[in-house]
Amino acid sequence: MKWRVTVTVRLKEGLNDPEGRVIGKALRNLGYAVENLRVPKCFEFELESEKPEEEVEEMCRKLLANPLIHSWEYRIEPVR
Amino acid sequence: MVRFAVVVFPGTNCDFETERAIRKAGAEAERVWYKTSLKDFDGVVLPGGFSYADYLRAGAIAARQEIMEEVKEFAEEGRPVLGICNGFQILTEAGLLPGALRPNRVPRFLCRWVHLRVNDVETPFTSLYEPGEVIRMPIAHAEGNYYINNPSKVRIVFQYSDENGNVSEEANPNGSVLNIAAIANERGNVLGTMPHPERASDRFLGGEDGLRLFKSMVEWARR
Amino acid sequence: MFPHEEKLIRERLKREPNELEWAMLEVMWSEHASYKSSRPWLKLLPTDNEHVVLGPGEDAGIVKFDDETWIAVGIESHNHPSAVEPYGGAATGVGGIVRDILCMGARPIALLDPIRFGPLEKERNRYLFEYVVKGIADYGNRIGVPTVGGETEFDESLDSYTLVNVACVGIIRPEHLVHSYVTEAGLKLILVGNRTGRDGIHGVTFASEELSENAEEEDRSAVQIPDPFTEKLLIEATLETVYTGKVKALKDLGGGGLTCAASEMAGKKGFGAVIYADRVPLREPGMTPTEVMISESQERMLFAVKPEDVEEIGRIFDKYELEWTVVGETIEEPRFVVYWKGEKVADLPIELLTEVPTIEWELKPYSAEGPVETPDVPFERAFDLVWGSPNILSKRWVWEQYDHEVQGRTVLKPGRDAAVLKINDEYGLAFVADGNPNHSYLNPYHGAMGAVAEVVRNLVSVGAEPLALVDNLNFASPERPEVYWSFAETVRGLADAARAFGLAYVSGNVSFYNEIANRPIKPTPVVAGLGKVKLKAIPNGGFEEGLLIGVVGLTKPELGGSELFARLGVEGGLAPRVNLEEEKANANGVLEAIRRGLVRAVHDVSRGGLAVALTEMALNGVGFTADLSKVPSEITNPIEVAFSESHSRYIVAFLEENLEELKSLFKHFAIIGRAEGSDAVFLWNGQELLKKPVSELRAVHESLPRLLGEEE
Repeated sequence: MKWRVTVTVRLKEGLNDPEGRVIGKALRNLGYAVENLRVPKCFEFELESEKPEEEVEEMCRKLLANPLIHSWEYRIEPVR
Repeated sequence: MVRFAVVVFPGTNCDFETERAIRKAGAEAERVWYKTSLKDFDGVVLPGGFSYADYLRAGAIAARQEIMEEVKEFAEEGRPVLGICNGFQILTEAGLLPGALRPNRVPRFLCRWVHLRVNDVETPFTSLYEPGEVIRMPIAHAEGNYYINNPSKVRIVFQYSDENGNVSEEANPNGSVLNIAAIANERGNVLGTMPHPERASDRFLGGEDGLRLFKSMVEWARR
Repeated sequence: MFPHEEKLIRERLKREPNELEWAMLEVMWSEHASYKSSRPWLKLLPTDNEHVVLGPGEDAGIVKFDDETWIAVGIESHNHPSAVEPYGGAATGVGGIVRDILCMGARPIALLDPIRFGPLEKERNRYLFEYVVKGIADYGNRIGVPTVGGETEFDESLDSYTLVNVACVGIIRPEHLVHSYVTEAGLKLILVGNRTGRDGIHGVTFASEELSENAEEEDRSAVQIPDPFTEKLLIEATLETVYTGKVKALKDLGGGGLTCAASEMAGKKGFGAVIYADRVPLREPGMTPTEVMISESQERMLFAVKPEDVEEIGRIFDKYELEWTVVGETIEEPRFVVYWKGEKVADLPIELLTEVPTIEWELKPYSAEGPVETPDVPFERAFDLVWGSPNILSKRWVWEQYDHEVQGRTVLKPGRDAAVLKINDEYGLAFVADGNPNHSYLNPYHGAMGAVAEVVRNLVSVGAEPLALVDNLNFASPERPEVYWSFAETVRGLADAARAFGLAYVSGNVSFYNEIANRPIKPTPVVAGLGKVKLKAIPNGGFEEGLLIGVVGLTKPELGGSELFARLGVEGGLAPRVNLEEEKANANGVLEAIRRGLVRAVHDVSRGGLAVALTEMALNGVGFTADLSKVPSEITNPIEVAFSESHSRYIVAFLEENLEELKSLFKHFAIIGRAEGSDAVFLWNGQELLKKPVSELRAVHESLPRLLGEEE
């Protein structure tokens, strides 16, 4: 069975996100009332699997995220 | 004496050696914090580094700072505007040069001396080079892969080549279209270069091929 | 903290410390902050001579380069954090040492990164390697400090672990020196840089404990997110404030956070400090005073300035858009007092934080040495094994990711014996780091002396007069008697070798408890050295057609801990001995030869022996024919001559007309062949041992990306 997967990995709440801070400030300088900008990373791929949830969870844990500092979420939809 | 501004954004880090190279080429140079005015200068240099740490896209945030409006005036008035490495990225992000600089083909930072073929000696920055001459300078970037959909419209100044001047795929360090390493605007007074001429301006550091770029620029500004 | 220490604290304080006080005491009494197990031995190191402006004791050492130029130098390790989060750990390690240099008032001008990993065959080790390199590159490149060298080694004993050391040099004019301590009360303490979060809480206590196998899952708080953008602004802002002459003391916030920085700054000369912890700008809501006081959030500095100068200094921080706050002041009374929303929440005698009693652990000698036969393998197989070893392969893949040219000073680039940085139109600063844990494991005393000897040889090979040393000592738990003994032996070796060369250690670092899953690492002293070199006199590193090839120094059957034995899986043997007299005589001889212009190229002989040193010189020039039977030696086995790692040896390439004069400079010297052609040819009594095209050897030498599974 083939799936379309979208994984979003972001720094855990409370951790310093220098990139988000700098981009947020740049937007504020342009006059937008932006606050708390964070920069998550997004991965899109297709996956051939019988147990996609289990495998995606494992991928996050093993490579896509560092469980120490990142949290993640994913969307898994069947490919038609 | 002609005076050049070396613009310092937060995260710029090649400002001191660029200032040194311009002085060695016979002009006055001054490091200028990005919140300062550029009036009283004869030309502007945007040096290399990591303005705003390259967050978002290299050069994207610096290109949207107020000082760039003044840089645009310099460009329109035909005065020299030079962007080196991150400065080149800023110039493309600001729309002063065409195209974009994508992440390198092998997506990581690459610091290496390369050979360049001089393709255009008619710009204010290259008048002291010979047409077709092969020169050496170092590159140091993660996003130097030049892209444009219609390269025939671009004024190509330097191309990555081998030591004999062959512009080959093997000599292309980052995947740039047509091995493009440096380009100029149509008028020639705005130049963007990924290789660092200021790092090739001292015989003890690997050669002085880059110094001639600054000397050309200074000579031209004097006239 | 150990029970006897807790007892001592209660006795001295005559009461039970509260929670915040305990937390502050715990970070200050940790091994990492107090050097309590290492101090009794570090006393042995020579720390003063005519080159030394400032020895160990502040954030970095200072060496005199000339009357107008001093050099600040320091070395640090970030082993534990890098083992759990290689990218952030390695990057924040760079940030820490750069701030150490910066807070002396010096502009950081170069970094070296000696890094060590387990074998590349394992995915986990490749991951650690790739992300440590990326972490160093992303941080060093963004702050504009060139990484000009280091070592990269792989060894079975480091499986799933990593040793990440980093050395930094900075340049300073004498009038800009700022100390890390105050000499008056009534100064305002300004905290500047990043906001304070919960990251790195208990980092120093973490660095003083062994990692368990599941450390990666457990220790999120010990990891920090690197912010090179703020660091770069801190560098420029700090230097601008220093140039005003109004900064009275300056320290970076590293291990132990605000507690460590403020108590050391105030307490060193007997003053005290008051900290209003609730004024510290916070990144996370709901932080407790304890968390604020021991947080190890990165990219923060503490300035002491006179009250009337606060505004002027603050304007400089404002220019760079750095957040700053007056968080306290220095006081006459030697106490460390913390307030939280108007209430006094901690009040300790400051020396209770800064003067931690030493601990001397049990010592127990071990012997890993023993005579072994050199295996009878064909010369070509031995050569291929060593030449193809990841320890010998070119590290171009690593150093091309580092911006080693930024600041426009790099005269000798990575890949040569030592980096050279241009300081003025005439002179350069040579900078190199070395260590050999395989030798140190077999014989900690001679391994340590060997590290110093190799540093000296590398400096000499680029024509530099050695100026000063720094040391970084990576060891397992000092509570293991064998480890503690090897540590003591190492310090003894470092001391004896430095004394013989007339050199001093101006700064250093000790990292204990480097263990994972209860497995100790090999003793790993890393020594970094500085030298002064006349730019015009720097010899080449490669062969030119027609030059004669000479070997300086005696080759002995010393293959214990050699690269050949490691590749063949041979354990034991005898580690190379350092003959300090000969090492010194040969160093002086080579420097004299360079001064008189007698040699065109010089290369030191170390890991992989003569075979590797000769071949490396061919890569930087033309091929060679070398008859190993002519090498000064009593050995009759070509393999041993080619791969022995005896010290005090150099290869020189020179014009025939200089032969007699050159020869007269050395006790042991012989011509072994000539630089010529495009092949590397090894002979023994005129018979061919091996002949390979240099192009083929180069292809192997550049094959590290392939080992990482990359095409190119």
